[in-house]
Amino acid sequence: MAENGTELRIKGGKVYDPANGIDGEVRDVLVRDGRIVDKVSEKARTFNIPGMVVMPGGIDIHCHIAGPKVNLSRKLQPEDHRLDVHPGTDVTRSGVGGVTPSVPPLAARHVIEEFHDTPVIDKGFYVLLGNNMFLYDLLKQGRKQDFKDAIAWWVTAARAASVKLVNAGSDEFWKGRRNENVTDVNEKIDPFDLTPLHATAAFIEAVDELNMPHPAHIHCNNLGHSGNFQTTLDTMKAAEGHRAHIAHIQFHSYAGELGKRVQTGSEAIIDYINTHENITTDIGMVMFGKATAMTADAPLTWMLRFKDTKWINADTECESGCGVMPFEYQDTNYTHTMQWAIGLELFLLSQDPWRVMFSTDHPNGASFRTYPRLIRLLMDRGFRAEMMKQVNQKAISNCLLPQLDREYSLYEIAIITRAAPARALGLANKGHLGVGADADITIYTDDENRERMFNAPRYVIKAGKPIIEDHEFVDDHIGRFLHTEPEYDSAIEDQIRPFFDDYYSIRFNNYRVDASYLHDHEVIPLRNSGNGRKKKGK
Amino acid sequence: MSETKTPEAAKDEPNIRIVEDATCTFCGCVCDDMELTVDLDANRITKAKNACVLGRAWFLQHGIEDHPQAMIDGREVPLEEAMDEAARILHEAKFPITYGLSDSPCEAQRVAVAINDLVLGNIDTTTSVCHGPSGIAFQGVGESTSTLGEVKNRADLVIYWGGNPAESHPRHFTRYTVTPKGRYIPNGKKDRYVVLIDVRKTPSAPVADQLIRVKPGRDFELLWALRALVRGRDVDPDIEKITGVSREVLDELVERMKNCNFGVLFFGMGLTMTRGRHFNSGALLALATDLNKYTHFVAKPVRGHGNVTGADNVVSWQTGYPFGVNFHRGYPRFNPGEYTTVDLLARGDADAALMIATDPASNFPKRAIEHLKKIPVISLDAKPTYTSRQARVAFMVATYGINTGGTVYRMDDVPITLRPAFDSPFPTDEEVLTGIHTRLKKLRANGRKKAA
Repeated sequence: MAENGTELRIKGGKVYDPANGIDGEVRDVLVRDGRIVDKVSEKARTFNIPGMVVMPGGIDIHCHIAGPKVNLSRKLQPEDHRLDVHPGTDVTRSGVGGVTPSVPPLAARHVIEEFHDTPVIDKGFYVLLGNNMFLYDLLKQGRKQDFKDAIAWWVTAARAASVKLVNAGSDEFWKGRRNENVTDVNEKIDPFDLTPLHATAAFIEAVDELNMPHPAHIHCNNLGHSGNFQTTLDTMKAAEGHRAHIAHIQFHSYAGELGKRVQTGSEAIIDYINTHENITTDIGMVMFGKATAMTADAPLTWMLRFKDTKWINADTECESGCGVMPFEYQDTNYTHTMQWAIGLELFLLSQDPWRVMFSTDHPNGASFRTYPRLIRLLMDRGFRAEMMKQVNQKAISNCLLPQLDREYSLYEIAIITRAAPARALGLANKGHLGVGADADITIYTDDENRERMFNAPRYVIKAGKPIIEDHEFVDDHIGRFLHTEPEYDSAIEDQIRPFFDDYYSIRFNNYRVDASYLHDHEVIPLRNSGNGRKKKGK
Repeated sequence: MSETKTPEAAKDEPNIRIVEDATCTFCGCVCDDMELTVDLDANRITKAKNACVLGRAWFLQHGIEDHPQAMIDGREVPLEEAMDEAARILHEAKFPITYGLSDSPCEAQRVAVAINDLVLGNIDTTTSVCHGPSGIAFQGVGESTSTLGEVKNRADLVIYWGGNPAESHPRHFTRYTVTPKGRYIPNGKKDRYVVLIDVRKTPSAPVADQLIRVKPGRDFELLWALRALVRGRDVDPDIEKITGVSREVLDELVERMKNCNFGVLFFGMGLTMTRGRHFNSGALLALATDLNKYTHFVAKPVRGHGNVTGADNVVSWQTGYPFGVNFHRGYPRFNPGEYTTVDLLARGDADAALMIATDPASNFPKRAIEHLKKIPVISLDAKPTYTSRQARVAFMVATYGINTGGTVYRMDDVPITLRPAFDSPFPTDEEVLTGIHTRLKKLRANGRKKAA
């Protein structure tokens, strides 16, 4: 947070603030003590930025940047780091780039520790509960209230921002049945006597009823398989009457027959989303080049493994699986081109930018460093047409992309990269520039080449403090840690404790992440508690 | 939160304290189910329930020694003065190195990396002399692995290769991998088949259902033969002559591995520090991965020090590489053999050394120790050591897990919080390192050191 009394006047820029209906209007943005205000004194430092584009700071709803999987991936790919080195400066530490947060609760402490070492941004994580053995036991026994209480306990114990399901039900198939996978969401999971779809629906309902700021965040079953759009539709139908977020939906929008060439299923998927207000989604776009498959969906990475590519599998007891593997999307490849096209199709057919948000599922679909190029592809149909000429033509002739000539406006880009994810995450003070909002601001030099424009912001202001000026880092900042605290009956701990004694390898009392790890943090309020900000820490 | 209570029997003696679910940081097992009875008057732990023989020694023999917090050239000095001197040495050095870290909590490790980033130093951990080859193999082939609780719940085939946990990690068998009953292993040991592969019959052998003795230095050949057989290829008819293991034993083991439900290969320094090194680790990791075509199979190095796994994790997330990292050019570079401490000292490269919770003067090769004697050394340790006695600046620090909190990573990457048993008059590693870091930042206020 900027020191008390720090004031800024950002003068003369074109402001894109969709949450407040502002579409490119030239106006001043005023900052005091880390917040947007309506008045500053004469002493305020002034940034004269006529013609520049002003947006709220970006919000990424689905991006793997910390935690055990990410760290395994770093260790796995030294060949990546040496091509991309960053010497330290007076204000930044040195580092290496190259590759690269959902987290099994057993490793929650790890992700929070890494967050402390991740500068500038505020961050939170989703806790992986979609294969949690104890929760499945409760579902099997039909103990609905206990199920809800236990979910709330786990979110609180891990200090998470919401719940994530990944290929629900697949753990038993993978670890317990010699590396099999869920193929049919209506197939019973032995020994729990329920189907992946039942489990998914139960999680969606419970998380919604717990009034968590962000609903269940779902990586559907059957990721990557031809014909999987049907599974995705089934999953969304199972959410009827409840909020649900479907993650990286591009990977779940494939038509065609299982085991055969992938076809586009984007129309069926986006039609459903366009007409169902309870669903939000992020696209998980693909961009050609180096990526890393990094997922709690271990069987998926095993399926993708080509020849003897190096591969990581990491099982977390009672909770989750994990697979990591280097991957490269090639523009000559039919499937990869199709994936690239489907991501764009979903965006170009979307009717509600507030519910269809930007992501690459970094680093799965592409690195976050490809965002500027992907934004240009959405905004510039000429650029899109050029690129379509350079990729696999069989895929292009099989998809809808050539028929779509929509172009996103800056206003819509500000929605899908800022305002919408903030709203979907329940972050009332982020993603907009209204009075009272956190003063997280990005300023770009307007440029017809949108890739160039978004590649290097001219100014970045974080919590009221200039971090980048004239494209260069000028200061450092420690971001806040964001998490939520759903309510539960603490009697549930007496049910969970014996399960730990029997099946975990660490003690119940040592599992919960204690307050000493939180430092500067903020509790995202539950949906029924109004817009009040509950802040703890320094 | 530490649960402290006064037991019934100790009501009249309020200076007895019980710490439940405390964590033992002696070895990589990081058992977190200790129940410590602490005599607060005597600053001693009098009972360590659940601890193994090593853990009992770790807890019961720990006392607060009458020793200065800080010394320069063997002379007691105020802590602040020692931190000033340490910062000066690191600031003025052209090639400062840092080594150790595996018996420090992650909070201190993070500061150690930050210091090296600032002084363009070289940071390395004890991984480079134990499972460093496994880290290198990991980069080449990846790793199919799991947490220890998964082994307890599911593993029906447990293989140890080149390790002797009965003596090095006494509770590995009993708490995690062999005797405990698990979710799908209702009868514990009866439901598992345990194989020990080693060059000799060790005290771990009685636990195993089968001991396979490999000729010394022939681990790679044996692993490669197993890989071939798993893939249905033929092997050298002289395989028994080469490895000391007959074809029948190999075939039987291969069938067992392919037909188990959940198999695990644990491996120790008998594999990583003998002929072949990272080839051995790589062959073993590749074997486990290959077996996933038939069943679920995982592998795991059995790590030694209490927080060596934390050191790997911290150094990885801050630099991208697990050990042997050099900042001379202003950004991290990794090159084992060049930036690993033994090699670097033996070549006579470093001109100052920061040794954290380690005693290289007692266990490094002679040439490395000789060079260490020629350069200013800053040492942080909880006990006097050969290294601390030779050090220019020596800090006596509080013992992690007994006198300080913090985070350690178990050998399977599970992070665990420490619960200190009683206070220490000595500062923590983190406090000393933070003091040095703060001073270095001031010394560097006139601009960052120019990269090479």
